[in-house]
Amino acid sequence: MADTLLDIRGLKTWFKVEDGMVRAVDGVDLHIDRGETVGVVGESGCGKTVTARSVLKLIDMPPGRFEAGQILWQGRDLIPLDQGEMNKIRAREIAIIFQEPMTSLNPVYTVGDQIAEVIALHQKLSPKQAMAGAAEMLRLVNIPNPQKRVHDYPHQFSGGMRQRVMIAMALSCQPKLLIADEPTTALDVTIQAQILELMHEMKDKFGMAIMLITHAMGVVAETCQRVTVMYAGKVVEEAPVEALFADPRHPYTQGLIRSIPRIDRAVSRQARLESIQGTVPSLLNPPAGCRFAARCKYAMDICTQGIPPLKEVAPGHRVACVL
Amino acid sequence: MNRQYIIRRILIAIPSLLGISVILFGVLAMAPGDPFEELATNPAIPPEVRMALRAKFGLDDPVWQRYLHWFSAMVQGDWGFSFQSRMDVDRLILQRLPVTLIVIGASQLLAISVAIPVGVLAAIKPYSIFDQIASTFAMIGFSLPTFFTGLVLILVFSIQLDWLPFVYRADINATGWAFYGEHIKQSIMPVVVLGLAQAGTLVRFMRSSVLDVIRLDYVTTARSKGIGERKVIVRHVVRNALIPVVTLIALQLPAVFGGAIVTEQIFRVPGIGSLLIAAILANDTPVVMGITFVISCLVVLFNLIADILYGWLDPRISFR
Repeated sequence: MADTLLDIRGLKTWFKVEDGMVRAVDGVDLHIDRGETVGVVGESGCGKTVTARSVLKLIDMPPGRFEAGQILWQGRDLIPLDQGEMNKIRAREIAIIFQEPMTSLNPVYTVGDQIAEVIALHQKLSPKQAMAGAAEMLRLVNIPNPQKRVHDYPHQFSGGMRQRVMIAMALSCQPKLLIADEPTTALDVTIQAQILELMHEMKDKFGMAIMLITHAMGVVAETCQRVTVMYAGKVVEEAPVEALFADPRHPYTQGLIRSIPRIDRAVSRQARLESIQGTVPSLLNPPAGCRFAARCKYAMDICTQGIPPLKEVAPGHRVACVL
Repeated sequence: MNRQYIIRRILIAIPSLLGISVILFGVLAMAPGDPFEELATNPAIPPEVRMALRAKFGLDDPVWQRYLHWFSAMVQGDWGFSFQSRMDVDRLILQRLPVTLIVIGASQLLAISVAIPVGVLAAIKPYSIFDQIASTFAMIGFSLPTFFTGLVLILVFSIQLDWLPFVYRADINATGWAFYGEHIKQSIMPVVVLGLAQAGTLVRFMRSSVLDVIRLDYVTTARSKGIGERKVIVRHVVRNALIPVVTLIALQLPAVFGGAIVTEQIFRVPGIGSLLIAAILANDTPVVMGITFVISCLVVLFNLIADILYGWLDPRISFR
């Protein structure tokens, strides 16, 4: 494996609730190499966001808890680190942008203040230099008139512009990894394309790796080199993007791909878009066997007896299915 | 923060003060009681003299005329004459006002400086032992009336322990530091009683406000930037959580004046509150009018300050 940046091994992030433990992330393996874009896909509640936030340890503990596993950042496990040590990694080495640009910026400070805050903190610059750096970052993410806009407040920006500000803030310390947690979900389609384009551009400029969390398979196809598919807190399939779309092995992945609207098929067939039947199992009391078994049309007896491990079916293509 | 916003706020304060003065004057004019009642029962004074006096003070004119008369005099600095104390109302009020302002100001400072940190700490670790204790005390603080806590404090600290005087004296025979020392000593109990009643409500409010803010997305963003937890709380949580609390402080101010009146009675503080009660009992209308108007002005002033603070805390407001 060439130059692994992040290597998550058997991560279990559980949440204590009144009725027991919610196994939001239940044994996830995931690795990201330097300069690579990895997509993490799955439906709502499958543990994508919790995985992402676990990496930066942004989970509230309690109720959250790391039950098991390691998060190796350049070979060093992040789980035992304390706040102070984590704060040296946050923003400087791993940055994150969130789903909701409308609420992710503090309404009472100017965007310049908020970007300069990170720059001043990690690069030990004076407030004035940091502010100049903030304006430079705004220019890089194509916000017009950056010298003036740094003094504006978040409410004076549109959603897409705020996401640009978030990206500017995340990249201001040139992190090695950018975690993008559904960065385009809250935006409308034309803006989505612009933001993805911008992330691509920034990646070329700064050479960082991206962990792109999304539920949109189309976004994955366009931007990622490798994809990890998650279902109910577990990884069910992991493959290079071409292999995943050409030869999806896990029935869940197959279902996800079939549920993408296709312009070439919809016209010829008056069929409805395919969907995956059933609902996600409760993560409070997950079923004993494969978690997808109840919704899987190929389900057999052995599926409910044990959890199938990830096994390699082709180079770099691993599937957790008995088929 | 723009100047226009502040000017607009100040201009809005003027018509509200005018409205308040009309209502106050109207209510006082309708209220029963006559400042010359005493004279009516005094056989030495013939009814003609009483009537002449009434006419001289303009008490028989229609209400609107009296109001205009009062208003034009008030604007020129003549607040009327106290029937009871035989002196100008403005001098009378100015004599008493500083004590009240000091007691109220100190109690507000005490309340704010206790309540904000306690509320924040309670919210950072909700349901912890600290939170439970703070919530219990807050509950006690705002459910016990000041006349009760005042008496309890007097019982404990003045009568049992004999540490603090229980009557506030304006005439202290001391100079220099001793003079200030005595003043501080006798102010402690009224300030504490008034301040803690305030602090109770503020703690509850601050706690829930912080709890609301702390789970917002931008706080997670702040944490993801690698900022230390303390700085996240102070810079990104507390400032936002203060916005509703500032409103509460301003809204509670009339209640604080009400509380101050009661507290001044308990501790015999020679402030504006005890003057007001004496004036009401004596039907001394010019004084009642003067004091209530001064209190209204103070309430409007503090609301104005709250509005300006609001605009500073939340830039979205001053831009509108």
